[in-house]
Amino acid sequence: MSDVASGTERYLADFRAFAHNGAAVAPAWLKEIRESAIARFAELGFPTTKQEEWRFTSVAAIAETRFTHPASPIPQLGPRAIEPFLIGGGPRVVIVDGHYAAELSTASSTPKGVRVSSLAAALRTDGDSALARGHLTRYARWQESPFAALNTAFLVDGAFVHVPADATLEQPLEILYLATGRERTVSHPRTLVVVERGARAAIVETFAGVAEGGPYWTNAVSEVVVGQGAHVELYRVQRQGPESFQIATTQSRQERDSFLGVHVLTLGAGLARHDINAVLDGAGAELILNGLYLLNGAQHADHHTVIDHAQPRCASHEFFNGVVGERAHGVFNGRIIVRPGAQRTDSKQTNNNLLLSTEARADSQPQLEIYADDVKCTHGSTVGPIDPMQLYYLRSRGLSPETARGILTYGFGAEILGRMRHPEVRAQMDRLVRERLGEGRA
Amino acid sequence: MTENVLLQVQDLHATVEGREVLRGVDLTVRAGEVHAIMGPNGSGKSTLAQVLAGHPAYTVTAGRVLYEGKDLFGMPPEERAREGVFLAFQYPVAIRGITNAYFLRSAVNAIRKHRGQEELGPVEFMDALEAKLEVIGWDSSYLTRPVNDGFSGGEKKRNEILQLAVLDPKLAILDETDSGLDIDALKTVAQTVDKLRRPDNATILVTHYYRILTHIAPDVVHVLAGGRIVKSGGKELALELEEKGYDWLREEATVA
Repeated sequence: MSDVASGTERYLADFRAFAHNGAAVAPAWLKEIRESAIARFAELGFPTTKQEEWRFTSVAAIAETRFTHPASPIPQLGPRAIEPFLIGGGPRVVIVDGHYAAELSTASSTPKGVRVSSLAAALRTDGDSALARGHLTRYARWQESPFAALNTAFLVDGAFVHVPADATLEQPLEILYLATGRERTVSHPRTLVVVERGARAAIVETFAGVAEGGPYWTNAVSEVVVGQGAHVELYRVQRQGPESFQIATTQSRQERDSFLGVHVLTLGAGLARHDINAVLDGAGAELILNGLYLLNGAQHADHHTVIDHAQPRCASHEFFNGVVGERAHGVFNGRIIVRPGAQRTDSKQTNNNLLLSTEARADSQPQLEIYADDVKCTHGSTVGPIDPMQLYYLRSRGLSPETARGILTYGFGAEILGRMRHPEVRAQMDRLVRERLGEGRA
Repeated sequence: MTENVLLQVQDLHATVEGREVLRGVDLTVRAGEVHAIMGPNGSGKSTLAQVLAGHPAYTVTAGRVLYEGKDLFGMPPEERAREGVFLAFQYPVAIRGITNAYFLRSAVNAIRKHRGQEELGPVEFMDALEAKLEVIGWDSSYLTRPVNDGFSGGEKKRNEILQLAVLDPKLAILDETDSGLDIDALKTVAQTVDKLRRPDNATILVTHYYRILTHIAPDVVHVLAGGRIVKSGGKELALELEEKGYDWLREEATVA
């Protein structure tokens, strides 16, 4: 425990240095929030497995590692370094160790009216700063989550995306968060996406590390606001190195009749925890949470999702599949809250886990909290090895056991990939899934 | 006579979960023939079909099966399929995430590879498939759906027949493919099976009902009861069963 406590102390000391140094350029309102957030982090400290929300996931390794907050300027990376992580030739924002890398980004090539920049730049620009102030830190619950608090305390940069009413950002905007792993760094990238009434946007967040980097920790928070009638597809790929740590929150708030699709592919990091908190805050909103985790080695990945039906006539469909091999451990916790008055809620949750070895483990926990009476809520989860009947069926058609196993395993992923609507993104995700599973060409 | 023999089942005994279900089955199927295997529920009809395909839950305890003169039980299920044995499942298995087209092409290519033929690419395969789809009265939308996932009972059975048409086996075993089909679907399925008849292939129809045999005339009808074939005859036997049921045979078997 003393190690964990001293871990907390280190971040308080780092914050004092940060507040006197890099943080000085921030607007006063943000400085206040940071002060509150670090105070909250000091109170909460690093979570332990005694806490229900962290039962299956120990973050002791993060608390005990002496990570440093890298001082800018960030190291220069050539365009070659980011190439393997890009999907298309569209606009992109590249964040290296938590800081915007202008020379790697092509944010200026966005459609008219759409604003894409670094968050730090947005906070220095009058109009954007006012907009950011209206949203930033208002959704992600730093008062409850120590990691969101830490991210908020060290909030300095990330991506800023504003799609004004009725505008369209159809070619997916790529936000690439790259860690260099130099000097055991921790970064706290913070992203704000605001899609206004009737607008459409597609965004891909990719978390990765450059090769040869040492252990690093990415502690990310993204807040996504979906305005009335707006349509947003948010893709997220986490492919950090096996020595790395990743803690992240994706926080969304949807207004009336909006649509949000969140598509998650978790492949990387030795220890990963992703909280997805989605609030359906306007009648008739629709949410699709569509996730896949493929784990091997000694990887541990924990997905905690909270879908909050705060208003009537909203629909949420959640599909998370996991393929867990070797000694890896997958955790899924899916909480659905239906608030009083959220009548005619339609909510469906499934979590299926395929275990590829006897040492692999998956824990699946649905949590339904329903406070309205006219609702349709279903959930189901499975954990187990390949179904012998499926295997036999494929073999009876001439497929070798190896091919049959490959197809059945790939099927777990393909089911999730099939819900991704942007063909170029889906193709890239499919390639990553096939690489991981060693499955042949379609 | 023996040169046309495709399948020879000799004194076959099999158990499932320790229970003996097949108690000495003898059956000879020649190329060009259609055999119907009928019998009451629990007589071992489906067990026979599954044992021939290689279902892992069944254990063969005695007897042997020669397929084209080779020991069938010496081959794992995939090898039987590649050598031309096909079982249309009574309860086809759903596979999420894998499209019917991908599944079918994987199966076709596994068999082509085994025969030393070149594997088909997606485009060539789709061309070859179009014609087969037409035969069973399906449009190509079924190809992009996951294998049997969310299919109705009738759709699943049709999908088995599509696989049969695409894989073109030497020995097709249809395990109660007719049950659960409405009259029109039954007709389509039966006509497809009938069209696939050739002098060099054979079909075993495992069925509970007479009606499919009005579309596919069997050369031989067998009655399986208590894990044994208790009576064999021409197609008039099926009609007799339709009229009299199975009880009279049970009595006959008991007396014998």
